[in-house]
Amino acid sequence: MEFVFILEQVANGLLIGANYLLIALGLSLIFSLGGIVNLAHGAFYAIGAYLTVALSPTIGFGGALVASPAITALLGLLIERFLLRRFYRADPILSLLLTFGLAMVAEQALRMIFGAAPVPFSIPLWLRGQVFIGEFIYSKYRLIILGVAVVCVSGLWVLLTRTAFGRVVRAGVQNPDMVAALGISLRPYMTAVVMIAVALAALAGTMMAPVTGVTPTMGAEVLTFAFVVVVIGGLGSFWGVVLAALIVGVVRGLAAYAFPPATEAAVYFLMVLVLLLRPRGLFGERIQRFE
Amino acid sequence: MVHPHLSRRALVAGGAALLAKPALSQGQADVVRIGHLTPRTGFLGPLGEYAVQGVQLAADEVNAAGGIGGRRLELLLEDSVNPQTASAKAERFIQRDRVSCIVGEINSASALAIGQVVQREKALFINTGANSDALRGSDCRRFMFHIEGANSMYVKSVGRALLAEGKIAGKRYYALTADYAFGHDLLKVAKNFLGANNARAAAEDLIPTELADFSPFLLKLRQARPDVVILNLAGAQITNFLKQYTEYGLSFPVAGFGFDTALAWGAGQGNFLGTWPTVWHHLVDTPSTKAFVAAFQRKFNRPPENQAWGDYCALKIIAQSMNEAKSTEGLRIVEHLEKGAKFDVLKPREGYFRARDHQIMMEMYAISALPADKVRNRWDIFSSSAAVPGPGEDLEVIAPSAEEAACTFPA
Repeated sequence: MEFVFILEQVANGLLIGANYLLIALGLSLIFSLGGIVNLAHGAFYAIGAYLTVALSPTIGFGGALVASPAITALLGLLIERFLLRRFYRADPILSLLLTFGLAMVAEQALRMIFGAAPVPFSIPLWLRGQVFIGEFIYSKYRLIILGVAVVCVSGLWVLLTRTAFGRVVRAGVQNPDMVAALGISLRPYMTAVVMIAVALAALAGTMMAPVTGVTPTMGAEVLTFAFVVVVIGGLGSFWGVVLAALIVGVVRGLAAYAFPPATEAAVYFLMVLVLLLRPRGLFGERIQRFE
Repeated sequence: MVHPHLSRRALVAGGAALLAKPALSQGQADVVRIGHLTPRTGFLGPLGEYAVQGVQLAADEVNAAGGIGGRRLELLLEDSVNPQTASAKAERFIQRDRVSCIVGEINSASALAIGQVVQREKALFINTGANSDALRGSDCRRFMFHIEGANSMYVKSVGRALLAEGKIAGKRYYALTADYAFGHDLLKVAKNFLGANNARAAAEDLIPTELADFSPFLLKLRQARPDVVILNLAGAQITNFLKQYTEYGLSFPVAGFGFDTALAWGAGQGNFLGTWPTVWHHLVDTPSTKAFVAAFQRKFNRPPENQAWGDYCALKIIAQSMNEAKSTEGLRIVEHLEKGAKFDVLKPREGYFRARDHQIMMEMYAISALPADKVRNRWDIFSSSAAVPGPGEDLEVIAPSAEEAACTFPA
């Protein structure tokens, strides 16, 4: 019985990990290609959630699931075009300050528009319910989140590894100067990558809005975990980030089972451990310009 | 010069303005300054927003009624952030801004820090949102008063409702507790109550304040099969728990020992459940509550919740006390309050501060979530008990006893 219960926590942890994954993959992409540590990434998650709350009464939750990431992607387009673009080759501290500032502006803007109190939002009736598999209980809604996450991650993997677009992006990560020497401008690729990354964060926000408190600080809270996932997974590694997100989810579940006060701290312990043993993360690649 | 008289007049006016400005900003003659300090960001930020709105409404009303001894009341507002910042800002309020007193706070650890500052500086502080019994016991201060209920008051008022519903005596409970000063204090008080009423612990978990995903704990709850789930949670934790408890379709009765209405409102349709204590709510049937709710709704376009009540009443009490004592000096107001002055706290009975520990003696309420089909709008989502204690009882019966929280004011 006890062993089955631990297994249930592990399975549940995998599910939670899937949600970090959507945020962490975008964070990793923007850093790998643009060299920018995007501290505003959590803000796009929060904006996605608030857009969902605002749009759902008119276009329904299903509509918001598409519209909210799309609108956020357009916002990403503007921010890339007018702000981020100026900092790709600059001292990293500048882009760090810029994105930190953007995160604060976004959080305060949400507070001014929607208030600091949590905005009420529930799982739509047609997605409520539980699924029982043997002894295990699953929330039907979270299984759907998992499904959407799997589709997105697979889609992104196909895009990066099986298309011309992906080839240029991967080459740009490894050696941008060589890409430029071949006469390919990375600019439109960077714009596209930022749009995809923030859309994924907004999608995660949309999907979490019904099950977690929608407050202006929700972005800052989730960002730390996304960073930990990227660090554990290793830069430039798609599957490293995927694996790390799942491990982080499982470690949280097991900590909650064994020693609840350490539920959050356990993840940081894990990060320290990984960094001690593998300083580049689990599957981190040696990327010349970051060495 | 074409218009020498004009420029001379301008010079005189400008000079007068220059002279008048420093006099105004020092403000001793014309205004009474009061510092408001409360968390406006972080996991208690949602409550801080109501606190600020409540205190602003009270300041407007005090000034409209002639101010304090004919002087205008001026509010200074600050985000207290955390205990270190709260302490530094309290010191700055007193030493630089020369405020007559400090109002606010929600976080028990920050209230403790402010209490130390006001004790040193001999300035009055009214705590409007920190619940920990220790602030009224081992950490009590002569210059600190509490309009917020103590944890004991919360536990004893909702405890009566729970005992009546048969959810405590002989039952197995699973307690989830916020892992910081407030939660630890509440757990201690709750366990005294539960133990005294023959309830047994099935399990107890401390929950980190930043935890947003309760699913691992919901699985544990499901496995432990308790008779009742006891929640000693705080801030955003309550919203997250309510949303996810409904998501997982668990059906164990839920009872909270700490509560703020905004967190239930934020959980969304069909997600609020259980029985909870509150110091006050917007459906209390008294004329002063109706007037407050109407004025608040007009100004902020939503009903007030209990945190708005605390800061609103605290400022009204300060203004009334300063007018009655004909002084704005900290020590004089402390003496006035210690004499047992009575105040309208928007409930059936008036409240007064107990001299022994400076806790306000007042009625509380137990509220129960309405079934989904009885909810008519997003605000009126619960039904309320009558005021606790009842009309014939002493207000002190729900307050911490001398044994539960012994207070000796430091010299």
